[in-house]
Amino acid sequence: MFSASATKWGNQSVGTYKTSDFRKGLKVQIDGEPYLMIEMNFVKPGKGNAFYKCKLKNLLRGTALDRTYKGGDSLESADVEEIDVQYLYRQQDMFVFMDNKTYEQYELSSDQIDDSWKYLKEGMGCSMMLFNGNPIILSPPNHVELKVEYCEPGAKGDTATNVTKPVKVETGAEIICPSFINMGNVIKVDTRTGQYVERVST
Amino acid sequence: MAAESGDFRPAASWEVLHLRARLLRRIRRFFEDRGFLEVETPLLSADTVIDRYLDPIPVTLFAAPQQMTEGPRRWLQTSPEFAMKRLLAAGAPSIYQITRAFRGGEVGRLHNPEFTIVEWYGVEDDMRQGMQLLSDLAELLFQQGAAERISYAAAFERWLGIDPHAADGPKLAVVAERQGIAVPDSLPMEDRDGWLDLLLVECVEPHLGFESPVILYDYPATQAALARLRGDRTPVAERFELYFRGIELANGYHELMDPEELRCRNQQINRLRHTDGKPLLPESSRLLAAMEHGLPPCTGVALGFDRSVMLVSGAKELSEVIAFPSEIA
Repeated sequence: MFSASATKWGNQSVGTYKTSDFRKGLKVQIDGEPYLMIEMNFVKPGKGNAFYKCKLKNLLRGTALDRTYKGGDSLESADVEEIDVQYLYRQQDMFVFMDNKTYEQYELSSDQIDDSWKYLKEGMGCSMMLFNGNPIILSPPNHVELKVEYCEPGAKGDTATNVTKPVKVETGAEIICPSFINMGNVIKVDTRTGQYVERVST
Repeated sequence: MAAESGDFRPAASWEVLHLRARLLRRIRRFFEDRGFLEVETPLLSADTVIDRYLDPIPVTLFAAPQQMTEGPRRWLQTSPEFAMKRLLAAGAPSIYQITRAFRGGEVGRLHNPEFTIVEWYGVEDDMRQGMQLLSDLAELLFQQGAAERISYAAAFERWLGIDPHAADGPKLAVVAERQGIAVPDSLPMEDRDGWLDLLLVECVEPHLGFESPVILYDYPATQAALARLRGDRTPVAERFELYFRGIELANGYHELMDPEELRCRNQQINRLRHTDGKPLLPESSRLLAAMEHGLPPCTGVALGFDRSVMLVSGAKELSEVIAFPSEIA
């Protein structure tokens, strides 16, 4: 979602967007907080004023907001930038990352990281969103490969995927897997859903 | 999005493009059968319709290709209305046209800045006859029966419980709040028409035209545009619109004939455009000259062809029925 087309606005200093600039993917600022325009519906009676019905997602809290603007209104742009980072290490409650280009380090708290800690391996490339230069959202790659550290042994010869069990992977997270997965296996996990995808190696 | 450079293919399917051609033929036959003369008028004109919320796209007729922005100014027409009325004043019979119209800044699910418009004028038709003709065409296009007719006031009474001709801005604002709709912070309390537009779009339009097409008529006098007014105590504009499945498709007027009244409305609209920070549009036009000469009594209607194709085909967006919508044009 926050891909190439969106990042071109990232380095722009704070300005304003006129209603004619409104479109899906725009990053704007309302009451000092960054929002992503996730829906924009242009409605206009043939002979009347234009209305811009927007659904906005708060990038700090993930909540959604419905707002309607009329022709001639404007919104402040948000200084939001997306950068490629590498996960370095965890220090108590803080996760430390490094910007691949500038080598600058950024810290995110476990609250900000949310469920993403489950997928973080040292050296892993992630993408990070900055608001006014501060990190706000971390996105791990869509798929990660994790080694199974511990699990109950599966029933011999059982290759059915509908029988599942929890396994503990190298990051310490628990993932629900088919029962044929064993210790030492490497599995692929979808970080957007937290679900097991396939066994990569035994 | 289909905007990948190098992707040359149309956004609309061949099935839909064939449907467009069929509907164009059907519309031409409809008007031919009724004795309407097909006409063509310029897309580039020194004159343009003056509307507070229609923004015509300016073009220059440059003298030298080295200075393309210099030279006489022309406007891409937002509708062929002015030129068609010049033909009427010059003695045309009932006329129709299928052409392109251009409206700056209008992009969305139901808007493309360049679109196909069907516009016609029935000479000697009053509003009732104009609505009948529109209903006949809607019946032909959508095959969902004749259009139901409901006045603007009756529609507001039915779905909002208010009299749109009597309620003031603050009263309309209270109604909007009670309806729980998102309201633009910038909408001034005294902008009565702005509140009416918002309520129309949010609370009335979504109900219109789900069994058969619907014609909404007798608009507030302040939204007359180029329609004539009727009545003394609470004058209404003899203006009407066609809706089908909640979507506005056509706009018609029992046409204003008085050039003095047009002059007044033009000045007033330009004042409002000025307060909106928009460029003023030329108030004197060859249409005024035509009206001084005498416009015959008539009712005129403009129908959005692309939206009609959208509804006939069951498409959800205009971009599904236009070969090359704006973003890939």
